[in-house]
Amino acid sequence: MIVPTEIRRESITRTYAIVLMFIALKAVGNFSLAWGMKHISDPVSANPLHYLRAMLDPAVGAGVALLLLSLLTRMALFSLADLSFVLPVTAVGYILATLIGKYFLNEVVTPQRWLGTILISIGAALVGSTTQSTTRGAP
Amino acid sequence: MKWLLLLLMIAATITSDVLQSYEMKRAGAQSVGARGLLRIVKLIAARRFLLLAVACMAVSFFSFMALVETQPLSFAVPASAASFIFETLLAKFVLKEYIGPRRAIGTVIVMFGVILLGGS
Repeated sequence: MIVPTEIRRESITRTYAIVLMFIALKAVGNFSLAWGMKHISDPVSANPLHYLRAMLDPAVGAGVALLLLSLLTRMALFSLADLSFVLPVTAVGYILATLIGKYFLNEVVTPQRWLGTILISIGAALVGSTTQSTTRGAP
Repeated sequence: MKWLLLLLMIAATITSDVLQSYEMKRAGAQSVGARGLLRIVKLIAARRFLLLAVACMAVSFFSFMALVETQPLSFAVPASAASFIFETLLAKFVLKEYIGPRRAIGTVIVMFGVILLGGS
């Protein structure tokens, strides 16, 4: 017989597994997209066709596909947890974005920006320690 | 142009997230396997708020693409976190979520992080 505590633990594990999956998909997707966009030859333009054409670039296309998958994953996450829980907890991805920007895209990350990223992570961790869903009976 | 794109991205993100959260809670627990993701795609096609959320997501996405083309990724991604504060308020007053002290303090810390990022 499955006791409520086990069901709750299983639900929490499932939620965090989806959080990790979302963060990984989004980080790799963002990297691929940013790398592709910085390497296409067309100049910056307000024309949406410019961006649609950019999707033909393999790196941009892969980035878009991964980001679309991450969006569907995030929607599944919304079915399990509060909006006010999902947002700060998935902010852990900002650390990854900063690290990817610095080490793979050679971007300059100032100490102030590092501090901001660290604060976002601390805030995310605090929120992560709260109940994931407050609007229904399940955890 | 940089700040206009950021503002557009944040407004579209907020609208999209609140609509998604509202509809996905109504839909019940979903999985992330191939079938689960396909079911979410079907849900999007069937529910008008989810369709609207996807349209807002597209606006947010194209604004983001324009932003990362000219700005560092390490600025564009963290700066988009400004939406947290507004979304948390909407979660409390529109979605009726319980925002306890720990969640509120965590969100405020995130906000300070965003201010630091925006000022650098």
